[in-house]
Amino acid sequence: MSAKKKQAELIEEISGVNPLKCMKCGKCSASCPSYNEMDIKPHQFVSYVINEDVESLVNSASLWKCLSCFACVERCPRDVKPGKLIDAARQMVVRQKEQTYLSPDEIPELLDPELPQQLLVSAFRRYRR
Amino acid sequence: MKYSYYPGCTLRTKAKDLDDYARASAKALGFELEEIEDWQCCGGVYPLGTDEIATKLSCVRALNAAKEKEQELVTVCSACHHVMKRVNDDMKNVEDICTRANNYMELDEPYKGETNVLHFLEVLRDKVGFDELKKKVVNPLTGKKIGAYYGCLLLRPGKVLNFDNPENPKIMEDFIRAIGAEPVIYPYRNECCGGYISLKEKEMAENMCDKITESAEGFGADMLITACPLCMYNLNKSSRREIPVVYFTEILAEALGVKEVQA
Repeated sequence: MSAKKKQAELIEEISGVNPLKCMKCGKCSASCPSYNEMDIKPHQFVSYVINEDVESLVNSASLWKCLSCFACVERCPRDVKPGKLIDAARQMVVRQKEQTYLSPDEIPELLDPELPQQLLVSAFRRYRR
Repeated sequence: MKYSYYPGCTLRTKAKDLDDYARASAKALGFELEEIEDWQCCGGVYPLGTDEIATKLSCVRALNAAKEKEQELVTVCSACHHVMKRVNDDMKNVEDICTRANNYMELDEPYKGETNVLHFLEVLRDKVGFDELKKKVVNPLTGKKIGAYYGCLLLRPGKVLNFDNPENPKIMEDFIRAIGAEPVIYPYRNECCGGYISLKEKEMAENMCDKITESAEGFGADMLITACPLCMYNLNKSSRREIPVVYFTEILAEALGVKEVQA
């Protein structure tokens, strides 16, 4: 099996998503509050997996713009769950050594007196291992 | 009636109001919140990967503690409620996760999602009843126009959280009516506030919250209520915001006449 195919299968496995179910209606992108900030849009994610181009996906800025708000998942008429696909791509990055979007060294300058603990634990869980 | 209670990390610290007013209100309404011993943080966000097990165990421990006491489990924080319900759904319906989590836990009897998880608002609706709540109100918030801010964590995914209609919810509006105020329906009430994005992409979260507060103000709300400390934080950072944002438990305690006892 090619390395590319392996990557595509891994993302399907982590996410539990079958990209072939997508019928490209675009509801996910239309619902996404982060749409304008994303380079690869939610409805395009499935195509990258089908085309076995996981490399572009894991290098996409979209991974760090998704809020996991589940608007795309709720509104998908085919139950594809684009938000879970994006998270799987994010996991493929942060599970690797030294690959993280948040370093403990950055934390002090990001803090302010009102910042809730919930924000820190949530960000740590999404951005690093 | 006695429930197992899971406050969560932020209700012990930055969101003490949310917790204090919930406990005082529960007492006034005649039910007891018995805090689970040695509970651990839920992690704030639900781990989405199908292979995530260890990150779900703190919830499994809390859920099992409630099961052992034969109590339903109550949360107040939107995030805890979200993570707890989704992990419970995994334990109930996803065999692989259930088996692997139980292998870690080594309980006398495996946990298989038996505990019923309730948000405090669900207790008000389904256990106390909004009609009963109305009878116990001593300081009705007459004339107050209140916008309910649901955000994402309480509602979605609708099939798992089973909290209310995810696109057109009414539980918080019914709550607002029960305490004598007038609910304001506005389009952005179930849009995400930005959540954890506000740690690193501060401007993005601010833009999102600007839309929410503008929408609520535009529809005539003079106050927003939330159940989530992170929504509260993000909404308060909205630069154009004028209306105050308060926890739903605070106005509940006020209506029940127990706010001062806590303050």
